Amino acid sequence: MSKVEMTVNGRTVSAEVEDRTLLVNFLRENLNLTGTHVGCDTSQCGACVVHVDGKAVKSCTMLAAQASGSEITTIEGLAAGGELHPVQAAFREHHGLQCGFCTPGMIMAATDMINRYGGKLDEKTVRAELDGNICRCTGYHNIVKAILAAAEEMSGSAKVAAE
Amino acid sequence: MYETHYHRAGSVDEATKLMADAEGGKYVAGGQTLIPTMKQRLAAPDSLIDLRHIADLKGVTVNGKDVRIGAGTPHAEVAGSTQLQAVCPGICYLAGHIGDPHVRHMGTIGGSIANNDPAADYPSAMLALDATIHTSKREISAGDFFIGMFETALEEDEIVTAVSFTAPDKCAYSKFPNPASRYAMAGVFVAKSGDGVRVGVTGAGMDGVFRWEEAEAALASDFSAAALDGLSVNAGDMLEDMHGSSEYRANLVKVMAKRAVAAIS
Amino acid sequence: MGIEGIGARVARKEDKRFITGKGRYTDDMSVPGMKHAAFVRSPHAHAVIKGIDTSEAKKMPGVIGVLAGAEMKTDGIGSLICGWMIHSKDGSPMNMGDWRPLAETKVRYVGDAVAIVVADTKAQARDAAEAVKVDYEVLPAVTSAVDALKPGAPQIHDNAPGNQIYDWEIGDLDAVDKAIASAAHVTTLDIVNNRLVPNAMEPRAALGVYDEAEDHYTCWTTSQNPHVARLVMSAFYNVAPENKLRVIAPDVGGGFGSKIYIYPEEITCLWASKKTGVPVKWVADRTESFLTDAHGRDHVTTIKMAFDADNKITALKADTIANLGAYMSLFSSVVPTYLHAILYSGQYVIPAIHCNMRTAYTNTVPVDAYRGAGRPETTYALERVVETAARELGVSPAELRRKNFIREWPYQTPVILQYDSGDYEASLDAAMKAADYDGFPERKAEAESRGKKRGIGMSCYIEACGIAPSQAIGSLGAGVGLWESAEIRVNAVGTVEILTGSHSHGQGHETTFAQLVSDRFGVPIDSVSVVHGDTDKVQMGMGTYGSRSGPVGMSAVVKALDKVEKKAKMIAAHLLEADESDIVIENGQVKVAGTDKALGWHEVALNAYTAHNLPADMEPGLKETAFFDPANFSFPAGCHICEVEVDPDTGKVEIVQFVASDDFGNIINPMIVEGQVHGGLAQGIGQALLENASYDPETGQLLTASYMDYTMPRADDLPSYHVSNTVTPSPLNPLGIKGCGEAGAIGSPPALINAITDAIGNNNLNMPATPQRVWAAINAA
Repeated sequence: MSKVEMTVNGRTVSAEVEDRTLLVNFLRENLNLTGTHVGCDTSQCGACVVHVDGKAVKSCTMLAAQASGSEITTIEGLAAGGELHPVQAAFREHHGLQCGFCTPGMIMAATDMINRYGGKLDEKTVRAELDGNICRCTGYHNIVKAILAAAEEMSGSAKVAAE
Repeated sequence: MYETHYHRAGSVDEATKLMADAEGGKYVAGGQTLIPTMKQRLAAPDSLIDLRHIADLKGVTVNGKDVRIGAGTPHAEVAGSTQLQAVCPGICYLAGHIGDPHVRHMGTIGGSIANNDPAADYPSAMLALDATIHTSKREISAGDFFIGMFETALEEDEIVTAVSFTAPDKCAYSKFPNPASRYAMAGVFVAKSGDGVRVGVTGAGMDGVFRWEEAEAALASDFSAAALDGLSVNAGDMLEDMHGSSEYRANLVKVMAKRAVAAIS
Repeated sequence: MGIEGIGARVARKEDKRFITGKGRYTDDMSVPGMKHAAFVRSPHAHAVIKGIDTSEAKKMPGVIGVLAGAEMKTDGIGSLICGWMIHSKDGSPMNMGDWRPLAETKVRYVGDAVAIVVADTKAQARDAAEAVKVDYEVLPAVTSAVDALKPGAPQIHDNAPGNQIYDWEIGDLDAVDKAIASAAHVTTLDIVNNRLVPNAMEPRAALGVYDEAEDHYTCWTTSQNPHVARLVMSAFYNVAPENKLRVIAPDVGGGFGSKIYIYPEEITCLWASKKTGVPVKWVADRTESFLTDAHGRDHVTTIKMAFDADNKITALKADTIANLGAYMSLFSSVVPTYLHAILYSGQYVIPAIHCNMRTAYTNTVPVDAYRGAGRPETTYALERVVETAARELGVSPAELRRKNFIREWPYQTPVILQYDSGDYEASLDAAMKAADYDGFPERKAEAESRGKKRGIGMSCYIEACGIAPSQAIGSLGAGVGLWESAEIRVNAVGTVEILTGSHSHGQGHETTFAQLVSDRFGVPIDSVSVVHGDTDKVQMGMGTYGSRSGPVGMSAVVKALDKVEKKAKMIAAHLLEADESDIVIENGQVKVAGTDKALGWHEVALNAYTAHNLPADMEPGLKETAFFDPANFSFPAGCHICEVEVDPDTGKVEIVQFVASDDFGNIINPMIVEGQVHGGLAQGIGQALLENASYDPETGQLLTASYMDYTMPRADDLPSYHVSNTVTPSPLNPLGIKGCGEAGAIGSPPALINAITDAIGNNNLNMPATPQRVWAAINAA
């Protein structure tokens, strides 16, 4: 057993956990943050993507102990003050989800992608950058559309803020 | 996953000490291969010694043509290094095509070469760049470091600390990914410098990463994709699985080599 | 159409919880005292169980119980069954082998469950599962249906000699053989329809809770049809009587057919909860899903199509062997027969059709309906043979199809089905226009200049949705009726609840069903709630599969709405002192037509419940139930055109455009219908290009048991799609809907393979067209 302590969605949390506890299990079972999902065992589907110290990471491929001391953002922490994050809003607007199971990982991956590329995203890049996220429902068409729309909106607002 | 004991090392020395004290310990850096393997209960180290927080192992240094990459540097950082891009763009491209974005945030160059997966990307570049592998104990040339599938010259407690190489005049990497796993089915790194041409091949060889010396000789006298037309790797030495026969892999090695050359000639 | 009514592109009501991480899936459920289960599974494809020793496992940390099959049998838990009886052509009933939830004497596929371990944590349960010692005597295994039917193949079930389940036929064999013998041209193809793993992103899961004080069971499970699950678990598996078993399918992360069936795990979790006295939760990991979720397809077919001198089709003959796996899953028997063979007329006038279907047991996981279920297999064989015939006859594939199209409806095929309505030429024309079919030669030449081989292919598919009517399918062997139910509850303040037996696991029912109410009464969809997926809340229903939620589920809603509307109008007429026939409902107002006399919708509702002033003899309340049993299937149809570029050096195929022009009849929410098509196309393209479940023929091990080896379509494998609709409403349901859930997966595979074979000039290519296969086909051409 190890003591882990980290900041999750702005809140400091700590617990004694088995050393083999994965970050995703810590989030789901200890913190009841069940928005982060597990869809495979081989670190490929991306349903578990969260942000660790500002970067998209598969929480099924990291021990909670490895993440101790880090800042974690999960899907539950993305909307600020009840206002949907632009990526969340775009997924809804463009029907970028159906069953919703891959959606939290998709949205966290998309947010990270937009953070890195800003407004420079095009369809080909978005598709390549979704390499680590599998969706079985949407055929990706509307996910790609939603991410491009959110990227445009976010870079647009960034420009406004800069002026 | 079986139960394990997690230890976080603050320095290379501390990590070696922790390893000495552990029974059946394993180093973990990014963990992008080891953790999934443990999840599937295919590996069961009693102790995990985490190298990710050792500051000395991180970062890219470029001094003229001399390049040093800390073993703990994540793929995303190698891919995004503007200094490295200026002198050795091939390795940035390679790093930017390992796994997926999330894996690239965690996975490290040291972890990749220490594991020496026959389908990992970095080993081909290490061979082609004639890199030196720096460890907690010594320096090993890439040619001596990679021994066979999942096999390296590393001793049990030895830690890769960095890799260094002289940037070539030109280099490029071309890979054909396995459609399912996205690991390389054939990845070819071509480096051209004053001393000649070196060609590293990953994903295809039955004994893991290898140099395609016949291609190197041909390219040394004529650095063009056409120079490889008459050549082929021996299909009998290539891997075979449901995704690709050995003949198909032999073909991919040649096609990827030609594309890498074409990209820089 | 109002802004939220029928035909409106409304964003989904259910999305907010999913995009904020507040969806509630089975694995998100937690109840006090809950423990975790792991299954002990067979590592062998075929073996006799000589003994099971649980003693070591019982001593492991955290273990609460280890239970095996013998105990389950003693407790009277029944065997799993197939719910559709098919008779062989000699009149004998299909050979259904015994399928125990926990195998006692023999295991028949890798992953067959042998025991369950319940422990404090999932990891402890797995640790202990590894400590259960099972003594196996390994037997030879067979994984292909063709091999299983050969003499001398390993015998899998004692009551199925030669592993044959049934040998069934439909159509007039003599007429077909005569037509073939006298044909001007016959095209023959050998077709393999590759085996697929459904791969809903949410793995299957079950949480079984036994309440001793009430002698009552609750099962949270990943189901597409909780009522069917309750029915089967009560009536056949003897878990508990229906009144003592509540089945809840909360948010479900995709199904595609794989979550229709009732599997050993949910039965075992319920039983184990009673045995151990704790709530028991099991969640599959992905490899477990690969090993134990029902797979799809796996047909081997020889198809012949005969033509007269005028290129009119005179006959079609299909001879197929289908692999049903180690046991007969719930609907496995009907997929190759009444969901497959009776579709062989396609969009064409074919005077004589015959299909022979043999099904076999193999040492593989059971095979059952997966998105499209039987119809993709038919369409693939049919549309490849038509395209091939066009090439052999030297005519345009479009013109050959056009020449043979059915042009009058209703159309009676020679193989049972009567098509309701359609306009196949309209879809073909729309697709060809959208794809700029005529401009293809120019694009091909341009691609050639870049060293790429470009090809174009099409597929004109028909499918059958909303399988019905109940009486007819009963006569064909179905063990259930395939109607749907709905209840409309108008609350006293005018808000509305729809209780439906359909189940949404991604289809957006909470929005589209609400749109029906909004359209009818002018209330915003925000005032309409859709309740589904809970046997304690919703009246009996049949669930969601076979694209039936629209044509059948929504029709039940419409029937209930009719009753509510009638009663509301009677109340309004009474209050407004008008004739009932003069009352209209518009924009949330209940009015006397042509006057300014009106009541708010909420006022009518309130009056129904205060009951202070109702017409004489009227019961209070505003709540109605309806069941809808369609008179026939509905028949969506369309045309898909695919254009590819092949890299001749590597065999890699790039889809440069994909056009789908579909006729789904009337559409409730175009955005959601497009989404259904996109998803279906991705699964069809996945089948054609990427996916294949592969078993080792010697050991019976599943070689593609994770995403490391099973190629799931990813974003960069797929293009953006061009989808559009033509509309011929179905005359068979009140909304004129035909269903849209499966069409994408049905129409796309042949279009894609036709495009690749066009590009490479070699017709000898099987799915999935992996780079290696395409490269080999190019070099063999």
